[in-house]
Amino acid sequence: MALYSEKVMDHFTHPRNVGVIEDANGIGEVGNAKCGDIMKIYLKIEDDIIKDVKFETFGCGSAIASSSMATEMIKGKSIHEAMALTNKAVAEALDGLPAHKLHCSVLAEEAIKNALKDYYDRAGLPYDEKDFPDCEHCEHCE
Amino acid sequence: MQVYADNAATTKMSQTAIDAMLPYMTTIYGNPSSLHSVGQKAKEALDAARETVAQCLGCEPREIIFTSGGSEADNQAIISAARLGEKKGKKHIISTAFEHHAVLHTLKKLEKEGFEVELLDVRQGHNITAQQVKDAIRPDTCLVTTMYANNEIGSILPIPEIGAICKEAGVPFHTDAVQAVGHLHINVKEQNIDMLSLSGHKFHGPKGIGALYVRKGFPLVNIIEGGAQERGKRAGTENIPAICGMAAAMKEACDHIDENAAKVSAMRDKLIEGLSKIPHSAVNGDLVHRLPGNVSFCFEGIEGESLLLLLDQKGICASSGSACTSGSLDPSHVLLAIGRVHDVAHGSLRLSLCEWNTMEEMDHILKCVPEVVEYLRSMSPVWRDLQTGKRTYIL
Repeated sequence: MALYSEKVMDHFTHPRNVGVIEDANGIGEVGNAKCGDIMKIYLKIEDDIIKDVKFETFGCGSAIASSSMATEMIKGKSIHEAMALTNKAVAEALDGLPAHKLHCSVLAEEAIKNALKDYYDRAGLPYDEKDFPDCEHCEHCE
Repeated sequence: MQVYADNAATTKMSQTAIDAMLPYMTTIYGNPSSLHSVGQKAKEALDAARETVAQCLGCEPREIIFTSGGSEADNQAIISAARLGEKKGKKHIISTAFEHHAVLHTLKKLEKEGFEVELLDVRQGHNITAQQVKDAIRPDTCLVTTMYANNEIGSILPIPEIGAICKEAGVPFHTDAVQAVGHLHINVKEQNIDMLSLSGHKFHGPKGIGALYVRKGFPLVNIIEGGAQERGKRAGTENIPAICGMAAAMKEACDHIDENAAKVSAMRDKLIEGLSKIPHSAVNGDLVHRLPGNVSFCFEGIEGESLLLLLDQKGICASSGSACTSGSLDPSHVLLAIGRVHDVAHGSLRLSLCEWNTMEEMDHILKCVPEVVEYLRSMSPVWRDLQTGKRTYIL
């Protein structure tokens, strides 16, 4: 069996939504270069709908594929729906990830939540802190 | 175009090696310990292979023990020296920070038993000096074990000088020569080497076979107990086809060292020159004392696994010391040992060449690597931060 599923390779070699949104109103960045992966998500939200989403990723093939898939899964969706995105759903949509690469899908979920939190902060909207766990709870970089 | 540039990981077998193996799978399949003629013919092949390996290293046939590979040979050499040292109350071992894990993990095990292991610093010139070894030797040193050449960054260590120092000090000297055998001129007697590990598949021989040279009289400790094969020092029915394949490949490699080195180092130099033009990159390893086939780089702002996958899509087989390719969370200990920080070590690329590579393949590599690095940088938030000044360039 190959290291990655065809879906992962497709999203890795043809990543969707790569880039920057200049007038983004929600930006999230997780991970660190020391660990070897950083994801940055840019959101353009209008009327509670994610009108546009872009990403930049420094990382392995599955990190790039997870970013690509996660952005696809929230594009055009409501904030509420985006908040409900789980790392498990990202991994499943990619037809699975190798066990030691599952943290890449976790990173994708966290990057999106981080960007949504930034949107709430900028807009001065109330939210529950515990809906936004930061990346430190993951043991990947320890 | 398909370019295999991962010869330090393993090599394609030569037709010479395959031809040398086949008879021992088809007609002469006997056990060399058997008394009948099929067994005795296998025994003759075993003796002849041992003779060939010994000739290539400049030692006597009885000083060669066949093993399952380089790792087993490293384990046996180090454990044997440690046990001998222990008996004399000597428990200090000198090695280097960029050894293969077969050496480092064995040393780690001995450390838990109370041995003191001193790993020489390799940051200066991405190599060690013989003087470092000399300065580290103490009255209780029971072993110096340094690799002949580094598998990741290609640095060739000053082995003859280290051998002379160890001989003078009366300290046993082992070298893990897995990357050197068949590629560099080795003579264990002239270079004062007491023990040397080698592996068959790094010079177009088969996998799963290697050898340990041990100077006559040095007491070996068994790693594998059982029958009396290999003069009682390594049990298990000899893998005759693999041993014959390895010996044939080794002879062929050793007969063509200078010719191959000239060809391969020209390709290596072309790659190093070309890839150095990529901004914010750095060559790893000793540029003067370097394996003919090793090219090792770090590229800032990208991660090695994605680099390898995209190169694979372009037909280029290479390797990296990034964490994601090692299966662990840390990048290569070799890159960290020479002083590369984590951020940069993640973006490493190793291309390792052999005499079957061509200049056309080098052109393909020189076209593809800069393209892929640029593409990955274009989607890297780290690269963006470097370019906008939010982060400082390391390379």
